[in-house]
Amino acid sequence: MKALAGYLAGLLFGLGLAISGMTDPARVIGFLDVAGAWDPTLIFVLGGAVITTFTGYRLAWRRQAPVLDARFQLPTRRDLDGRLLGGAALFGIGWGLTGYCPGPAVASLPGLSWPLALFLVAMVAGWWLARRFSPAH
Amino acid sequence: METMGWLQGALGGVLIGLSATLLMGLLGRIAGISGILSGLIFDRGGDRPWRLAFLLGLVSGPALLMLTESDLGNTAAGAGVVGLPVAGPLLMLAGGLLVGLGTGLGSGCTSGHGVCGLARLSPRSMAATLVFVLVAMLTVFVSRHMLGGSV
Repeated sequence: MKALAGYLAGLLFGLGLAISGMTDPARVIGFLDVAGAWDPTLIFVLGGAVITTFTGYRLAWRRQAPVLDARFQLPTRRDLDGRLLGGAALFGIGWGLTGYCPGPAVASLPGLSWPLALFLVAMVAGWWLARRFSPAH
Repeated sequence: METMGWLQGALGGVLIGLSATLLMGLLGRIAGISGILSGLIFDRGGDRPWRLAFLLGLVSGPALLMLTESDLGNTAAGAGVVGLPVAGPLLMLAGGLLVGLGTGLGSGCTSGHGVCGLARLSPRSMAATLVFVLVAMLTVFVSRHMLGGSV
């Protein structure tokens, strides 16, 4: 049942990325290129996603626990630190250079090309490196 | 028409929000792609089956649209579901490494911080989202308009 829930959530996510156009790096770079022919599509995607999630989360949290698990697993930290902000900055550089963040990069696998394959391998290597630098792992 | 592209963006966003809601309501988890996939690769334990299923779902969404030759895609060029990379192999390699390292150190990407974190009104996610969006815009500005797209 948990795997089925995971599959359905992944399927909706993948359809959402494809239908919104986020599986096209040209769309994403069009949004990031504020000094060029600016493409606001990403704002509509993020807006639709955040409003839906905001509402959906509050409905989900009316229960004591999720349907298929013992408890909600939510991050509790609220402080800002160098790791968070530095990590976000590194991510921003990579995102700006390529137009890919992790979701669209993986969801684009059905249209795999050599550059995308290189991106995916390097991204996994980056996750491995980050874990080596992280005391929590 | 451009307005259709924006509306389709909002519709896709709602689907992403439904995905996040489903994952929270059923499994109690944040729909953060970098966390789910890096956890699938590097962590042992009970989360592996649903994380693997999520990955299969994530890939089968666009695959389904491509196999049925659906015109529901929203690429800038107006054709197809999955757009081609615009950066060359070396940039894709460097960019991928930075995206992996950055989302690993910063505990999240556009989905975990950008969608779920903003919806939770988390101060950490709001700060992270502000930083990665602004840095990405600056990166595009420098590479396109100062270095003339030669990078």
